[in-house]
Amino acid sequence: MTLVDKDIIAKKRTGRQSRNQIFKWLFFLCTMFGLAVLILLIADTLMDGWSRLNLDFLTNFNSSRAESAGFFGAIVGSLWLMLVTTPVAIVLSVGTALYLEEYAPKNKFTEFIKINISNLAGVPSVVFGLLGLAMFVRALALGNSVLAAGLTLALMILPVIVVASQEAIRAVPASVREASIGMGATKWQTVSRIILPAAIPGIITGIILAISRAIGETAPLVVIGVPTTLLVTPSSVFDSFQAMPMQIYSWVKMPNEEFQYIAAAGIIVLLVILLLMNSVAIFIRNKFTNRY
Amino acid sequence: MAELKTKIKQNTQEQSVEKSPIIQEEKEVVFQSKNFNLWYGDNHALQDINLTFHENDINAIIGPSGCGKSTFVKSLNRMTELVPIVRTEGDIDFRGDDIFKSGMSVEELRTRVGMVFQKPNPFPKSIYDNVAYGPRVHGIKKKAVLDQIVEKSLRSASIWDEVKDRLTDNAYGLSGGQQQRICIARALAVEPEVILMDEPTSALDPISTTKIEDLMQELKKDYSIIIVTHNMQQAARVSDRTSFFYQGYVVESDDTNVIFENPSDKRTEDYVSGRFG
Repeated sequence: MTLVDKDIIAKKRTGRQSRNQIFKWLFFLCTMFGLAVLILLIADTLMDGWSRLNLDFLTNFNSSRAESAGFFGAIVGSLWLMLVTTPVAIVLSVGTALYLEEYAPKNKFTEFIKINISNLAGVPSVVFGLLGLAMFVRALALGNSVLAAGLTLALMILPVIVVASQEAIRAVPASVREASIGMGATKWQTVSRIILPAAIPGIITGIILAISRAIGETAPLVVIGVPTTLLVTPSSVFDSFQAMPMQIYSWVKMPNEEFQYIAAAGIIVLLVILLLMNSVAIFIRNKFTNRY
Repeated sequence: MAELKTKIKQNTQEQSVEKSPIIQEEKEVVFQSKNFNLWYGDNHALQDINLTFHENDINAIIGPSGCGKSTFVKSLNRMTELVPIVRTEGDIDFRGDDIFKSGMSVEELRTRVGMVFQKPNPFPKSIYDNVAYGPRVHGIKKKAVLDQIVEKSLRSASIWDEVKDRLTDNAYGLSGGQQQRICIARALAVEPEVILMDEPTSALDPISTTKIEDLMQELKKDYSIIIVTHNMQQAARVSDRTSFFYQGYVVESDDTNVIFENPSDKRTEDYVSGRFG
């Protein structure tokens, strides 16, 4: 007398195996769907923008005449913007993450702060734009300058980097921490010599993601009132500036159909700059990872 | 004056749990705990611990899991303070100074009292940087001095010959037993007076274990060693003195041969003969 009926098992086997295959292909299709849409999008943009993508486009300022409209002011402006956003965001968020993970007492208040920082990561960017408008543009009277927009974007990406850094810091094993403390090292020595070097790849990954989001972000710039028709590049962080996503947005809104192709060319440039920045960051990250 | 001191020492020893027939007076006391108590939150993990450890002894601490032996050893260099809910009462004197007194620098204490952990925990750095970590933390920057310290420490930990040609390799590439000896070398590099070992061989194979046990015999000439071990044979093999912990108390503390051959407490006898634990 056996409890396991071999016949039933044999009968069910084909069903199990085919279901196994079905799910494999289902998940493959899910992956392909996203990929296909993305490729379609890029192909469409390339086809639209390719004809406009030339040296004139990269070196001319914007113009109301489609044939001479260029991207130069926006490219330079966006780089200025990142020059403010990146250092401010890195210093503030890595500092915050280190405090929360290494120094803060483990109590309800710290928990409360941690939960709210994660929540901040989900706040819509337009809300950060309003905050920037009220605080930096108006209250601190910075106007629609590089500094005001840069600080706004820095605040916007802060929670993303904080959360990524926290996770990277938490992933450093406690045993290594104990080893350092047990040698008579101070907290700061342990943090600077052991924890940060071990956590840096994870932190840099968070920074890459955050900066990529910041450089393509449009809503806060619209709220702050970044201009689209300047004919100068900023010479200091207190100057007004143009930005790539903002410029693209303004071209898309133009009634003249010719500007749609210009916008597509702008998107290509934005994507290329984004990919370049990411590759540099990935290169830096891998260099650190190999060392540890 | 010195004689008077030893007299007093002997007297206090007679009154305490310890009752060693062996002459201890030539050896200086390094650690002495007096009615030491420790709580993890509400859990009274260590209760009235009175123990004395002498210079150049290997002191084994044995007992079943959860008896507080690791906690006690980690109290000696105040590593238990890394756990926020820990509360202590009573004293632990290191060379006559209370380690909990307000003027005591934990950094100095942990420099003079080195520690080797249960799992080998090298830093994800080169072998050289691992061993040089302690000296560098304490401000030694000269390459020539560091080179000497690294070589001396690796020699003391009997691993120099195995790694001398690849000091710049990552320490993670070594075997578990080698990693643990790197960790010992790292602890020796700051020239501590005492080395605490928290089950240093529990993650290692028998050959590596033997190597580390042999190494301990070498090290005791210059250092005092306090070792927590799960392995009773190890305690019997390597130690001069053994303390048996049970449920947060010290049941018995004596010369190792007394504990293993002629224990005075029934529980000690049951434990060392393998009837429980």
